[in-house]
Amino acid sequence: MLATASQRILGQSFQNIRPAVSVLRSYSSAAKQITVRDALNSALDEEMSADPKVFLMGEEVGEYQGAYKITKGLLEKYGPERVLDTPITEAGFTGIGVGAAYYGLKPVVEFMTFNFSMQAIDHIINSAAKSNYMSAGQISVPIVFRGPNGAAAGVGAQHSQCYASWYASCPGLKVLSPYNSEDARGLLKAAIRDPDPVVFLENELLYGESFSVSDEVLDSSFCLPIGKAKIEREGKDVTITAFSKMVGYALKAAEMLEKDGIYAEVINLRSIRPLDRSTINASVRKTNRLITVEEGFPQHGVGAEICASVVEESFAYLDAPVERIAGADVPMPYAANLERLAVPQIEDIVRAAKRACYRSVPLAATA
Amino acid sequence: MATAFSTAKFSTQPFPLNPTSTTSHDSSIVFARPTSQFLGSTRKFRLTSSSKFNLSRRSKTVVAVSDVVKQKKSKSSPSLLITKEEGLDLYEDMVLGRAFEDMCAQMYYRGKMFGFVHLYNGQEAVSTGFIKLLKQQDSVVSTYRDHVHALSKGVPARAVMSELFGKTTGCCRGQGGSMHMFSREHNLLGGFAFIGEGIPVATGAAFTSKYKREVLKEADCDHVTLAFFGDGTCNNGQFFECLNMAALWKLPIVFVVENNLWAIGMSHLRATSDPHIYKKGPAFGMPGIHVDGMDVLKVREVAKEAIGRARRGEGPTLVECETYRFRGHSLADPDELRDPAEKARYAARDPITALKKYLIENSLASEAELKTIEKKIDEVVEDAVEFADESPVPSRSQLLENVFADPKGFGIGPDGRYRCEDPKFTEGTAHV
Repeated sequence: MLATASQRILGQSFQNIRPAVSVLRSYSSAAKQITVRDALNSALDEEMSADPKVFLMGEEVGEYQGAYKITKGLLEKYGPERVLDTPITEAGFTGIGVGAAYYGLKPVVEFMTFNFSMQAIDHIINSAAKSNYMSAGQISVPIVFRGPNGAAAGVGAQHSQCYASWYASCPGLKVLSPYNSEDARGLLKAAIRDPDPVVFLENELLYGESFSVSDEVLDSSFCLPIGKAKIEREGKDVTITAFSKMVGYALKAAEMLEKDGIYAEVINLRSIRPLDRSTINASVRKTNRLITVEEGFPQHGVGAEICASVVEESFAYLDAPVERIAGADVPMPYAANLERLAVPQIEDIVRAAKRACYRSVPLAATA
Repeated sequence: MATAFSTAKFSTQPFPLNPTSTTSHDSSIVFARPTSQFLGSTRKFRLTSSSKFNLSRRSKTVVAVSDVVKQKKSKSSPSLLITKEEGLDLYEDMVLGRAFEDMCAQMYYRGKMFGFVHLYNGQEAVSTGFIKLLKQQDSVVSTYRDHVHALSKGVPARAVMSELFGKTTGCCRGQGGSMHMFSREHNLLGGFAFIGEGIPVATGAAFTSKYKREVLKEADCDHVTLAFFGDGTCNNGQFFECLNMAALWKLPIVFVVENNLWAIGMSHLRATSDPHIYKKGPAFGMPGIHVDGMDVLKVREVAKEAIGRARRGEGPTLVECETYRFRGHSLADPDELRDPAEKARYAARDPITALKKYLIENSLASEAELKTIEKKIDEVVEDAVEFADESPVPSRSQLLENVFADPKGFGIGPDGRYRCEDPKFTEGTAHV
């Protein structure tokens, strides 16, 4: 049963998956289904329409309709002056975006994947994140850097790294990572309206997934607060924190754990920086056990920071050591079976939860 | 209206080995420069003499300042390049730059200034020649050698000195330092420590100017951006990326190369396959000019044309200013690798002495007037030091301020509620 479940899930990367449980629990009854891709596209469209200072910049965002079709239709609607196809010069065009943001325009810079942002990371950190501080508040940088982050399917080591912990360690940046369509719409709108640099980490495999959204989400003034996590599923036995694609896995793991009598509370972080420490700690104080799930490399990762935060603030409430589930500590392999081993799977989360709850099962190395 | 900056004219001229020959297509170049072993000083001023070039009428007077004197005797009525007011203004700005930097050195050795301090002595002609032609809304982006750019742009000497001392009254409240001078009011966008980092930012500022005019329909927005950087930066990838995009999108920017021949201890000739930086402009479709950066009047003439071009919407220009820094790369640099003979040669071409000579010999100003200016600047700099000395250091609570523009940094507005809960948060809605 577990094997078939995992095969079914992996095989459906590019098809619509309906997380049935979360639909019923999390959203109001007026159920319109939109994909994450459409959610992002509509958010960009509405923000560009509302504020003429917002413009898009990136490789293939215009005539190609977006490398992952996120910016589809925007060139036709807003023209080439507001949707700019750039040459392949990440450092150059990111710096241009930062310079434009210094003057109050609101660029949305797209990286085809965040791996390419490493070519521009000097501008993201040194000229965007640090500028408000270095200029003592004179120069704020209302820019958004967005693009897919983390592993896709079979794209190899240089296209699969997760950058959440790298960017989240830098003061002056806000780092957001949506999971479903509601998150995508709300957080992207908040990011574009925010006066500070925001790194917006999407996930390529989630673009095609559809989720139900309420009418409130579809309203053009909808937006979500930056810095607040969401409790996707309430529970009382163990807290599981996750972001982006891992939220889906955590929810499925929670369903499976329910059958064994363990009620897991799943927290969708939404905002990696600032991290919603109060929600996480409140949850841990309730359940007394914590599992952090992320796709990126384990050392100095998001889970490490959450663990430290919980140990500092809620040590007396912990009944078991914090379990940290992360990607394997290797560059991403190409072979499909190895790739499956290098990324956390639902079974890993289930096993970790059981370890945290019972402590009688011997610790096994995380896959 | 065609300008002289047609791209074809510059790149093909081979480097003249015999410095006394005039170049073939520049009938306007009328004299032979004194010879020198070094690349920079043997190059000619390369503006074309096409008839549509509106400077060609005056090109005979655009020569080394010291040679105007010789020329004057052979002409009946030379036209002067500047008026008395302009001349005194330029002189004052250059003297301010020099005096300020000398004071910085003194303060550093007395321990009042610390960290990295990069001084601009010798290069004042470039800063003054370009920045004094700008309006307040035009912007300047610089490198770590930015004190004098800040002063020329209008940032008060007091604010710059306090910033260097790390006091809370500095232009960045002491949070930026020597290498990160920012001023929103004067449109000085830094102050970047990484070479090449400021070039894309400057290109973005120019992009904004064009965007404001074309998309936001602010018809009178013709703001120009100047990007200052050095010879070492011209080997960096970001430089080429921005030359490409600026020419591609015809942005109102002037790329000003302050070629002082040395990147810390690395000679430009050892680091660069083709040391003629101005040639790299035409490769990207923009004019590339070389000018004697020790002569403020020449720099000013070239600057007028380049800035005018940008303001008219004709696109970017690359200007290479041959200049020299009299001091080391920074105050920590022992400066052992540069030949003292080279330093002496350039010291003889000190831009301030040259302008002084020009003003006096063309009867634009008297010695006494210039002395008054120098005295005034001395007082300004002394006052700046006193002000900085007496200013308080930042309070402890300032450490955590200004990380975000958002006061609490969480998407929370000044009234303490989440921004998204404020009904005025979306100004204008769209129908999807």
